[in-house]
Amino acid sequence: MNHSTQDFLKHVRGYLIVGAALLIGTVLTVWASYIDLGHHWNIVLALVIATTKASLVALFFMHLISERQMIYLVLGFTAFFFAGLMALTIGAYHDFPPLTVTR
Amino acid sequence: MDIPYTSQARPDTGVYNAKVGVWLFLASEVMLFGALFSAYTLLRVGALPADWPHGLLNIPIGTFNTVVLITSSVTVVMAWASLKAGRLDRFKIFQAITVLCALAFLGIKSFEYRDKFTHYEVWKTDGRRLTGHIEGKPSFLTLDKLKDAKVEKIRFIPDAHHYAEGRLAARKHDGEHAAVEIAVSEIKRLSAFVPAHSTYFAIYFTLTGLHALHVLGGAIVIAYLLGPGSRMWFKDPERFTNRVETAGLFWHFVDLVWIFLFPVLYLL
Repeated sequence: MNHSTQDFLKHVRGYLIVGAALLIGTVLTVWASYIDLGHHWNIVLALVIATTKASLVALFFMHLISERQMIYLVLGFTAFFFAGLMALTIGAYHDFPPLTVTR
Repeated sequence: MDIPYTSQARPDTGVYNAKVGVWLFLASEVMLFGALFSAYTLLRVGALPADWPHGLLNIPIGTFNTVVLITSSVTVVMAWASLKAGRLDRFKIFQAITVLCALAFLGIKSFEYRDKFTHYEVWKTDGRRLTGHIEGKPSFLTLDKLKDAKVEKIRFIPDAHHYAEGRLAARKHDGEHAAVEIAVSEIKRLSAFVPAHSTYFAIYFTLTGLHALHVLGGAIVIAYLLGPGSRMWFKDPERFTNRVETAGLFWHFVDLVWIFLFPVLYLL
């Protein structure tokens, strides 16, 4: 077996493991949604599982686990502005007039 | 004139130019979908619980589509790894599977859309609300259209549960009730599950429609790289591999967005 084939097989194994983890995560997401944890905790759990799955995709499939500083810089700015957007959303929620927020 | 740094990394950034370009594009995409998720959140917290539908989307189908997209993410990264190993033949197999997965995703999604266009909610003048199907399964029917056609009554097959019963109760699809006749004069509002039905379906179609357009765009690029675009492999394999990587980065982003859309729209 030559070097490139060995390298390929190593990569394939890693990608298959991540793929399997994503499928398990999908099953977990559906299963967890059938358990009544209370509305807010159901949301928290679903978002935790989704964030874990998204992290796996970003780290391994998009190779962010070993990327150059330039890419991290771009992502750092993105994360900053995305966090700002979510902060504005939460701020808007708390700024609703009384009796207009229903949950 | 040659475009610089398409194959080799630029010394100051450490990566080839297209990679920086695609990540900047993905940054703008994060903000685009982020804004729509923000809209979803505010629409949801502003809606009365009885007016926010649950259980109307098909969870097994949504789950299957998630599996399809995850599979395509695995094959797209394997296609890139194949090129890194110098195997164009394997690359073609994996990319072909990716394109098939994309087409399957879009086919299933359009089936879901069609199902929504024939599923209705009736608001009766006595305050009762029913969801279900009109006999003959017409699409996009409205109260005005019924009145214009001088229809006096419709035969309606109600669902076993209305979504106002709550998230978990609404998911029980234990059959439908027997068909009932409803006089058009007793109907206050009639709407299929189209964007005009509610803020839920407005944001559902906006988010999933935009996502489907991304799937379509990604599939076209991947199909091009699989077909005529693959000729570049014989002239400049490094550049071709980089093209496949950048297309793959976009594809993974599309998968990543769906990972959040699925629980938010189908399950919560």
